[in-house]
Amino acid sequence: MGNAHSAAHDAGHSGQATGHAVPFPVLVAVFAALLFLTFLTVAATWVNLGELNLWVALGIATLKAALVALYFMHLRYDHPFNGLVFVAALTFLALFLAMTLLDSFEYQQNITNW
Amino acid sequence: MAAASSVAVPAGHATDNYLTHTRGFLSWALTLDHKRIGMMYLVSIMASFLLGGIFALLIRTELISPGRTMMQASTYNQYFTLHGAVMTFLFIIPGIPAALGNFVLPIMLGAKDVAFPRLNLASFYLWLLGAVFFVVVLHTGGLDTGWTFYTPYSTTTSTQVTLAVTGAFILGFSSIFTGVNFIATIHMLRPPGMTWFRLPLFLWALYATALVQVLATPVLGITLMLLAAERLFGLGIFDPKLGGDPVLFQHFFWFYSHPAVYIMILPGMGVISEIISVFSRKHIFGYKFIAMSSVAIALIGFLVWGHHMFTSGQSRLAGMIFSGLTFAVAIPSAIKVFNWISTMYKGSIYLTTPMWYALEFLFLFGIGGLTGLFLGSLATDVHLHDTYFIVAHFHYVMVGGTTFAFLAGLYYWWPKMTGCMYSQNWASLASVLTFIGFNLAFFPQFLLGSRGMPRRYYDYTGLLGEHPEFTHLHRVSTLGSYFLAIGLFMGLFCLIYSLFRGKPAPGNPWGGATLEWQCSSPPPHDNFSSPPVVGDPYAMKNIKYDPKAGSYVKVEDA
Amino acid sequence: MGKPVHDDHHDHSASHGSTFLAHHFASHEQQFAAGKLGMWIFLVTEILLFGGLFCAYAVYRANHPEIFRFAAEEFLDKRLGGINTCVLIFSSFTMAWAVRSAQLNKQRQLIVLLAITIACGFGFLGIKYVEYKHKWEEGLLWAASYHPHAGAEKEPVPASPAQVPAAALDAPPPTQSQLAIVTPKKTDAVESEFKTEPKNVGVFFSIYFMMTGLHGIHVIAGMSAIVWVLLRARKGHFNSEYYGPVDFVGLYWHLVDLVWIYLFPLLYLIH
Repeated sequence: MGNAHSAAHDAGHSGQATGHAVPFPVLVAVFAALLFLTFLTVAATWVNLGELNLWVALGIATLKAALVALYFMHLRYDHPFNGLVFVAALTFLALFLAMTLLDSFEYQQNITNW
Repeated sequence: MAAASSVAVPAGHATDNYLTHTRGFLSWALTLDHKRIGMMYLVSIMASFLLGGIFALLIRTELISPGRTMMQASTYNQYFTLHGAVMTFLFIIPGIPAALGNFVLPIMLGAKDVAFPRLNLASFYLWLLGAVFFVVVLHTGGLDTGWTFYTPYSTTTSTQVTLAVTGAFILGFSSIFTGVNFIATIHMLRPPGMTWFRLPLFLWALYATALVQVLATPVLGITLMLLAAERLFGLGIFDPKLGGDPVLFQHFFWFYSHPAVYIMILPGMGVISEIISVFSRKHIFGYKFIAMSSVAIALIGFLVWGHHMFTSGQSRLAGMIFSGLTFAVAIPSAIKVFNWISTMYKGSIYLTTPMWYALEFLFLFGIGGLTGLFLGSLATDVHLHDTYFIVAHFHYVMVGGTTFAFLAGLYYWWPKMTGCMYSQNWASLASVLTFIGFNLAFFPQFLLGSRGMPRRYYDYTGLLGEHPEFTHLHRVSTLGSYFLAIGLFMGLFCLIYSLFRGKPAPGNPWGGATLEWQCSSPPPHDNFSSPPVVGDPYAMKNIKYDPKAGSYVKVEDA
Repeated sequence: MGKPVHDDHHDHSASHGSTFLAHHFASHEQQFAAGKLGMWIFLVTEILLFGGLFCAYAVYRANHPEIFRFAAEEFLDKRLGGINTCVLIFSSFTMAWAVRSAQLNKQRQLIVLLAITIACGFGFLGIKYVEYKHKWEEGLLWAASYHPHAGAEKEPVPASPAQVPAAALDAPPPTQSQLAIVTPKKTDAVESEFKTEPKNVGVFFSIYFMMTGLHGIHVIAGMSAIVWVLLRARKGHFNSEYYGPVDFVGLYWHLVDLVWIYLFPLLYLIH
């Protein structure tokens, strides 16, 4: 009815009433990739990269999260607005984290001096 | 069944409507009709307003003279805490969105209901449950932390912090559910022709509010959960004794509670946008600017929470960033005010009761907003922090702004909600009395604060040596609070009286062009039997008063 | 918590005919799109709810990295964490598959897959229980109750490097299949960093218990929602035209998985 909604309908292009069925091989491939990445993230801890270890772990986790969101959660086939909603959540989370971290770094010195 | 049945009643007054659709207690308690849920919210919210108001009067009475007047210091601490907590969590935050918004949003949009009626009802019962927690707190030892629950005091006091925090947590979810509902409704249930830029500004405001509700409230949830765990188990995240960081609590708390300020004021601004246009009989000036400024306020509102923490031990760098961003919020707020004033310019202004409240809102919100600038500047904030200046500032915004807008909206939609017209003269008089009482109560507090009267103090005897005028200022403030109360009660009486003796309201008593005035007063159960014809929501030229019908009606383009 | 969002599919006035189309929606498509948007917005709130804990984590980890390295190395069981990760990923897979089955009208398959998903949820909670129980017995609790037993398995202060292999405190002996993801013993370089325990290690466990605890509650909520969907699936409510609840509950379950995908490296794999 509303234009937002008719766009949602266009996104489901499989000819069904609503949504798009993710092909089974894609599901299996994503599952396999997730298992592999889990192994990889564990394996990464065997190598000492110092500070980098954290970022490697987070990078792999983000890759896994992206796979889950895009395929298991259908974002790749979905109305883009739902994706935007998801990204908005992450943006505001990042904002919250960034400002709080920034401040805590700055005042940590005061605590130490105390 | 939607048609207006008329037996010597004005056009558009309906006897078969949502109120008479079904009868009995359960038909209300289990209703999924957004209008009934809105009415239940309205009644409950007014009850908590009354409760919070009683606490306010008790606080003010205690301060009428230095030293002990009528209660103990610890009792006083509990009263101001409960006043703040009840007013914030139970009244102001749900006030406009959940009560007025629930009733009006789907009708204004041209929809039959909100997207998730069950969720809507769940939200109401969560609100009730949260309120029950607060009532239990009241009877089992109270709460004396201030509504902000700052650590480390809140982790050590023996009052009922855990219960209160649980209550606030539940209320948070009630608020989230309302927000989820409103966003989904505005996105998905617009009838043909209702494009984004034909949305009435109240809906833009509610949409922006819902964004804030959804993005900020969960952080309050987790903060309160951590605080409860801190008290129950000794979690230590906020407790310096165990290696925790109390400043972190303030970050957590204000990441929600500052945006929450916009949950409180944005819907109020939306109400004012509607009323100013209708009673100036002019198209709203700068529609897109007002719409976008709502969204801008909602988004920038997330970037300024640190201005509550300038003196908390927050770093200088963060202080400067937050201070700078705080000034940025003033821009969209000012855009709105200028557009409202431009709308009135050369309009034919009708001084109805809602318009009285709207004009008072402009004045009070102006003062509230401008005094905020002093507090947003780092240097002056250090001087004014935790004084009555703060108290006066946020009361000008929260009461002078939100509450006056709430009342404006209540008087504006009352004929639609109940089908009854109240006495314009008496209600307008009540409005003026409220306005005078409010200024008497809170303007002296600016003077008190700038001269150094700290907030939340039970006794100011020790300050009188340097500032003997404090007694007078407090006395005026207390007197003002009584006038404020009288004005509010008088207004309430006008509304209740109208239910029994009021004239039947026509479909469009004010000449509004938004869709809710196209259906009958009160609206039928299904709002619209067929999707309504959507036009410009502010095309006042096409709405003319028809004396024969006793109502405003739509005329064809001249 | 997750439930009310997808409850809206029952009609709310008696006056309509078609199956599960509420009166205020014009079509199944509109109802589905609205429900889906509603669910996504609800997921946003869940992300930000966990966000607070991630923020607390980031602040403490950034300012006191030594606590995290010490506690994760000494006290957390990477094997169990890894297995649980795989269990959840598998359950996500079966859930996504279940949605596909509903979309394709495969009723039988839908029921089986939902049941497997629930079983995985129980598996996850079981392993979590083993971990919690172990921590409880060792006194590895949140800050105020953090009293690590200087028992046979672990002597934190003072520890002689050679005697503290990471695997020593893993109560259940690893099976062959589990060994694949067992980390090798720490190098001496890391070991020597912690001759003495850093201050305030309890804070790590506060964060650990809050994060995994809240996640656990979400697992339980998700399982309850899946049970509800399963019961409706058995009544044959879902078909290619109406399968919203399966999809929405699925989204919720995937989010629970997403959170764990981050929790695992952040809590267990600190190097």
